[in-house]
Amino acid sequence: MNQRPISPHLGVYKFMYTMSLSILHRLTGCAAATGFLLFAWWLMALASGPAAYATAMHALSSPLAKLLLVGFTFSFVFHFCNGIRHLVWDTGRGLERAQARRSGAMVVVAALLLTALTVWFGCRAFGLAP
Amino acid sequence: MSLRSPLSRVLGRGSAGEGVGHWWIQRVTAVALLPLTTWFVISLLGQSLQSYDAMRGWFGQPWVAVLTILLVFALAWHAKLGVQVVIEDYVHGKGAKTSLLLLSTFIHVGAAVAAIFAVLRMALS
Repeated sequence: MNQRPISPHLGVYKFMYTMSLSILHRLTGCAAATGFLLFAWWLMALASGPAAYATAMHALSSPLAKLLLVGFTFSFVFHFCNGIRHLVWDTGRGLERAQARRSGAMVVVAALLLTALTVWFGCRAFGLAP
Repeated sequence: MSLRSPLSRVLGRGSAGEGVGHWWIQRVTAVALLPLTTWFVISLLGQSLQSYDAMRGWFGQPWVAVLTILLVFALAWHAKLGVQVVIEDYVHGKGAKTSLLLLSTFIHVGAAVAAIFAVLRMALS
């Protein structure tokens, strides 16, 4: 019983950059799950009435909250893009080393661009910036 | 080295076939979340978030409410499954692992019920 292998074997692999993407997928997933709690809280505030919503929006406009929102945005967007990569892998495609490296680079570029785009439009929806 | 436990060798049975359930639901919710989150983010960013009346009016529309509830349902389920795997992999010790899994389940279900209730209240009032 004691001899059975236990996952994950974090210490036995040589470091690859595709590995950091895999770790980032879990980290951003956990961050996005936390963002979901904030989303539920925001919906409850909106459903509670004008005063509660004003308080929530005021809390969300602090510099720390804005930083957090940008972090949640990147986490969600990266997890979304890399999630598509995982779904493609699940069909048995794109698993060769060169392909996985290329799709990994594409995910990083796409995630950064989409984060910038979402933050830009997010600022406008918030009534900030042009 | 055999991958089977002594108990499993003694019983000599195959797998129950339910082991992929977690994996499969993670994929089903992932596929559902691709269009749902894309729609939600694009639509939400087209609203004026500072206006209480505008936001209530937006969530008051039937299709917005239905799609948001579907989004919350898939998102909470997907997040619960994902966080569960992370806890199972990295938290060792039965007590800590069980407590955190329980806590995570309660938080995800609680947040999902709150979010769905909020949307229903806005759509039905």
